[in-house]
Amino acid sequence: MAIAELTPPQIASRPEVALAAMQVVYKRPEALTEAYTHYCPGCSHGVIHRLIAEVIDELGIRERTIAVAPVGCAVLAYEYFTVDAAEAAHGRAPAMATGIKRVLPDRIVFTYQGDGDLASIGTNEIVHACARGELLTVIFVNNSLYGMTGGQMAPTTLPGQVTTSSPYGRDIRQQGWPLHITEMLAMMPGVAYAARRSTHAPAEIRKAKKAIELAFRAQIEGLGLGIVEILSSCPTNWGLSPMEALAFVRDKMVPVYPLGDFKVHQALAARA
Amino acid sequence: MAKTLWKGNEALAEAALRAGVKAFFGYPITPQTELLEYMARRMPELGRVFLQAESELAAINMLYGTACTGTPAMTSSSSPGISLMQEGLSYIAASEVPAVIVDIMRGGPGLGNIQPSQGDYFQVVKSAGHGDYHAIVLAPATVQEAVDLMYISFDLAFKYRHIVIILGDGTLGQMMEPVEMPPFKEVNGGEPPAWALTGAAGRPHRVITSLYLSAERLEALNLHLQEKLARIKENEVRYDTTMVEDAEYLIVAFGTVGRIAQSAVRQARTTGLKVGLFRPITLWPFPERELDALIERVQGVLVVEMNAGQMLEDVQRVVKDRVPVHFLGRMGGIIPLPDDILPALHTLCGLVRSRNGHRVRPVPA
Amino acid sequence: MAAKGTVVIDRNRCKGCELCVYHCPQHVLKLDETYNTRGYRPVILDERSGQCTGCAVCAVVCPDVVFTVYRFPQPVRTPAVRAVAN
Repeated sequence: MAIAELTPPQIASRPEVALAAMQVVYKRPEALTEAYTHYCPGCSHGVIHRLIAEVIDELGIRERTIAVAPVGCAVLAYEYFTVDAAEAAHGRAPAMATGIKRVLPDRIVFTYQGDGDLASIGTNEIVHACARGELLTVIFVNNSLYGMTGGQMAPTTLPGQVTTSSPYGRDIRQQGWPLHITEMLAMMPGVAYAARRSTHAPAEIRKAKKAIELAFRAQIEGLGLGIVEILSSCPTNWGLSPMEALAFVRDKMVPVYPLGDFKVHQALAARA
Repeated sequence: MAKTLWKGNEALAEAALRAGVKAFFGYPITPQTELLEYMARRMPELGRVFLQAESELAAINMLYGTACTGTPAMTSSSSPGISLMQEGLSYIAASEVPAVIVDIMRGGPGLGNIQPSQGDYFQVVKSAGHGDYHAIVLAPATVQEAVDLMYISFDLAFKYRHIVIILGDGTLGQMMEPVEMPPFKEVNGGEPPAWALTGAAGRPHRVITSLYLSAERLEALNLHLQEKLARIKENEVRYDTTMVEDAEYLIVAFGTVGRIAQSAVRQARTTGLKVGLFRPITLWPFPERELDALIERVQGVLVVEMNAGQMLEDVQRVVKDRVPVHFLGRMGGIIPLPDDILPALHTLCGLVRSRNGHRVRPVPA
Repeated sequence: MAAKGTVVIDRNRCKGCELCVYHCPQHVLKLDETYNTRGYRPVILDERSGQCTGCAVCAVVCPDVVFTVYRFPQPVRTPAVRAVAN
């Protein structure tokens, strides 16, 4: 009997038939593995992983994508994507990715890095990868501190923000100002796309996905390096509940790290 | 094949091209830079990858990335640069991807100078990075030998999925000599090995990592690495000897000093002194068994190095006090010449007291 | 009430972060009283599940890809299909 002729109660009584009759609106992306993630409850890493996987699926590049994972909370990122992946030393992902891309120019190579990894120890590597205009995609997760090691201050820590290594609150006279590295990188001719998005609300998450897509297109279309900084929550190390953590991103981080586009190559502008 | 005149650094570069290297990442540092410059000219000619990195630290991580794709790749540097590469080398060793590194040693420690030295023996042979492993270390004494060792280094690196370090010094890098260049060939038949990251097309995705959070799995990896090192020790020892058949005394030296020691041996022989030379070519795996066998037949050993006594410790470990071990060391870039070695030999043989206060540091038997 | 959609919840994947519970515009989600295999109280469809429109906001905010979201071809007058979780 065709599904269409089933009356609603009949559909309801046989769930598997009913489910088959329905239109799937959302399901697990193919580019994500089945592994349970190690991230803390409510952590934005999980959301960002999913967005990347959705973009990889939608661009149809899973079979030629190679990921380079950082050292930090996302050190196990390679367990969560069904793409070939390598684990870089702390801060070195852009150099490692350069080594991969240069010998496999037709593969899509992206790095996934935290703020400690990219904006502190790895600053030289990301600056020069951008200066060279490496055809790479960089997903830069900014949660204002070092998560994996238990919440220490990072160059992205907010003024006055208490962390385990700025117990009196970050004092800009002593420990300097938050680093706006994505704006800095956007100045380089080799960068084709540089933007900052956030994960603190559904609408922001959708915009983040669009930005990730453009950062991949910058590479796919050979325009230059694409980097997306994504403000992310860290409930555990901020000592906040997942919802409070998203509020912290919205109310405290966004004012210091304004969201927006810092560079959009004109070939990408049509799609922005 | 006709011999042509080659500068050490450039000979090494050309030999690497012929050995099938497909990517070079480097950084300027004397006394190695001509190797980088040569690659800058030649690699593009052959449609291969050349990239000068922002630092040696970036260079080794670029090499690490390329190595993960199963593509033959290398870097080259000198002492301070190698120090910056230690973290990357350790990751490469743990990930078991093939990598070739050329280290043209210079005077140290610190900024030191640009003269030749062997002061990094410990750094390269004992610990080329954190954790339990040794790189395969090849020490050429002549430009031809440097070419020959370079030519086999990628095959060695791929055979064991390991690090191969060609350890030379400023002399070797800078001097020119006639050399016979080997023909072009491919590594691994030019195909990426089964473990390589190439994109999960029609196969499960692959991961290359050096992270093993479980202690059991990390120990298992280490046991596997140790088993591999044992195989390398069993199969890859290389060394050279001069006039050891009837030798009563033995000089042990490597690289440039090994070559100079040959002259000292010949000169000593003219004075009737029965001395021979044992020259390790693989500093790791160190030729223990072969040296041990020789010790049975000699009355004393003179170790000569351009450092404060580093390979000396490996020699002492093998000799185990069966005969006196004397040491002659010059540092700062000063090269010990035969005229320095002969008096030390005479002291070893008990013929002459050390008159001119020459830097001879007799090591208690 | 005519349900326009439903969700299937991967119970043991959920870490009980409640982001979906807060963001669900129809307020049809809540945390279960019992625990999943990883010791978290997972999200479940509550009695108002008939209100689910299949808007997928839950799936957008979920860090752990717990939800598979469905929409009915036409509204079904009976309560939404009980979530068929594993």
